[in-house]
Amino acid sequence: MTEIQVLSNSRRRTGSTFLRKHQLIIAPVAFITPAFAMFSLFVIYPIIQSIGLSFVEWQGIGPQTWVGLDNYRELLGDPVFWKALTNNVYWLVLFLLAPVLGLFIALFLNQNVFGIRLVKSLFFFPFVVSQIVVGLVFAWFYDPAFGLLATMLEPLGVKFPAILSNENWATFGIILAGLWPQTAYCMILYLTGLNSVNPEVIEAARLDGAKGWRLLVNIVLPQLRAATFIAVVVTIIGALRSFDLVAIMTGGGPYNSSNVLAYYMYDNAIFRYRMGYASAIATILFLIMDLYIAWFLMRLLKNEKGSR
Amino acid sequence: MFPRPIQERSRSRQLMYKVALPISLIIWLLPMIAIVATAGRSLSDLNRGNYWGMPSEWAFIENFAKVFGSSSIGTYLLNSVIITLPSIAGALFLSTLAGAGLALYKFRGRFLILALFIAGNFVPFQILMIPVRQLTLDLGVYDTYWGVILFQIAFQTGFCTFFMRNFIAELPFELVEAARAEGVGEWQILVHIIVPLVRPALAALAVLQFTFIWNDFFWPLILIQSDELRPITLGLTVLKGQYISSFNLLAAGSLIAALPPVMMFFAMQKHFIAGLTLGASKG
Repeated sequence: MTEIQVLSNSRRRTGSTFLRKHQLIIAPVAFITPAFAMFSLFVIYPIIQSIGLSFVEWQGIGPQTWVGLDNYRELLGDPVFWKALTNNVYWLVLFLLAPVLGLFIALFLNQNVFGIRLVKSLFFFPFVVSQIVVGLVFAWFYDPAFGLLATMLEPLGVKFPAILSNENWATFGIILAGLWPQTAYCMILYLTGLNSVNPEVIEAARLDGAKGWRLLVNIVLPQLRAATFIAVVVTIIGALRSFDLVAIMTGGGPYNSSNVLAYYMYDNAIFRYRMGYASAIATILFLIMDLYIAWFLMRLLKNEKGSR
Repeated sequence: MFPRPIQERSRSRQLMYKVALPISLIIWLLPMIAIVATAGRSLSDLNRGNYWGMPSEWAFIENFAKVFGSSSIGTYLLNSVIITLPSIAGALFLSTLAGAGLALYKFRGRFLILALFIAGNFVPFQILMIPVRQLTLDLGVYDTYWGVILFQIAFQTGFCTFFMRNFIAELPFELVEAARAEGVGEWQILVHIIVPLVRPALAALAVLQFTFIWNDFFWPLILIQSDELRPITLGLTVLKGQYISSFNLLAAGSLIAALPPVMMFFAMQKHFIAGLTLGASKG
C-alpha cells in the first residue's frame, strides 16, 4: 500500500485533466494499438492479400492478371496437389499417435524415484532441438548405405530399404521423425496434467475397486481433458504446418511423393514464380486449418468469458 | 497419484522399473546420442566405414575446430543471436502492453481482439509468405536482419499477448482498484504494479520465444538471401551441402546449432515448462 500512496502523490505531475478523466478509455487503446498494428500489418492483412492473390496470375514482379477461379480449377486437376493433400491427411492421422504415446510416456514417468526430474527433462528435450537437426539425424538413420538402421540390420542379412528415396515410404519416414519431438511435447502436457489430478478422487475410485485400465479411462482421463484438448489441437496444427522436415529430408521428393501442401506452395512460389497458384494452395491449407483454429478458439473463449 | 507409486509395488516390480527407466531413456534419446557420438568421430574411423560402431578415438576438438575453421558457422551463430534477442525484447514489450490492455479494461470487442491474436498464431506460414515478403521489400528491409526481426516481433506478439493477458487477468484485481481509488494513473499502475508482478511470465515467455525464434527455419529462408546474414538453421542447410560426406563435421555443426536452446531449456526449465503447458492443468 505504501507504494500506492507514493504513486498517488506524484499524480499531479502527470498529464492534463482531460487525459486523466478519460484514461480508462485512452489507456486500453494506447496499450493495445502498437501490438495490434504490428500484428495487423504482418499477419492479418497478409492473409487477406494472399486470398486476393489466389484469384490472379502473377510472377512476383510485373502486372497481375485477374483469372477468377482458374487457379482453383487447375488445382483440382493437379495430381501433385492431390498427392500433397493425401500426405497431409497421413500426417494428420499418424501425428495423432503423439498424444497417445505422450500419455503413456507421461504415465511411465509419473513416479517419485531418484533422478526422475532429470529423466523427465531428458525425455522432453527433443522438442527443444531444431527440426532441421532432427531431420538431419533421421536422414542418417535411414541412409541405405551407411545409416544406423541399415548397419544394424546388415548382420541379420536384411537389406534395409532406402526409405527417403522410396516413393511409398518417404512420407512415413518423415512423419516418424516429426513424431519424435511432437510426442515429447504431448508428454510434458500430460505430466503437467497428471500433477493436478485430484488424488482423493483416485483414492476413492481405488476403494471402489477400480484399477489399471478402467481407472485410467473412467477416472483419470476425464481429469486430463484440458491437457488432451491442447495436445490434440497443437498436434493437428503441427501436422498441417509440416514444412521444415520435408524441406530438409526430401524436398518433397522423390517425384513429389512426400510433398505436403505447405511445401508445394513454397515450391510454386519460389521455384516456379507462380504466386497466384501458390496463394491458392495456401488458401486451401488456411481454410482446412481454420476448422481447427475455430474449434480451439470456441473452447478457449467459452472458458474465458466465464472469468473476468 | 496415478499410476500407483512404484514404492507401493513389489520389490521385483521396483527393480524392473529401475532397469526399464534408463533403457527407455537411451532408446528415446538415440538420435541425440547419435549426433553427439558422430560429432566426435574421427576421419579415420569414417574412412574405415566405422560409422556407428565403437569409435577408435574421440575427435571432438579437431572436428569442432574444423567446422569453425572451414565454414561460416561462427557468422551463422552470431546472426541467430542478432535476430533472436531483439525479436524477444520487442515481442515481450508489445505483448505486456497489449496483455494489460486486454486484461485490465472492459470494453466491447476485447474478446474479438484476443481471438484474432490467438488465431493469427495458428495460421499456416504459407498464407503470409508472399505478402510478407513483398512488405519487407516495400519497407526496404528484405534481406536484412530487420526484416526477420520485425516479422518475428509481430507474429510472436500474438501468442505472447494471449499469455500475458491470461497471466494479468489472474492477478488480484483489488491492487489495481485500490491504486485507481488513490488516483494513480493507468500508466503508473502498469509500470509500478503490473510489471513487477508479471516477471515470472516474462521469464517463461523469454525462454520459450528463444527456442521458437532460434529454431525457426522458414522466415529466414523467405526473407534472407545473403549468406553472411543467414542464421544457424539456414546455415545448417549450407553445411549439409558443404560436408556432403563428412558426417562428423555436419554432426558437429548440428550439435553447435542445437546447443543454445538446449542450454536455455535446462537452465530455465521451470519457466519453460510453465510457459509451454499454459492451460494444460485447468479443468
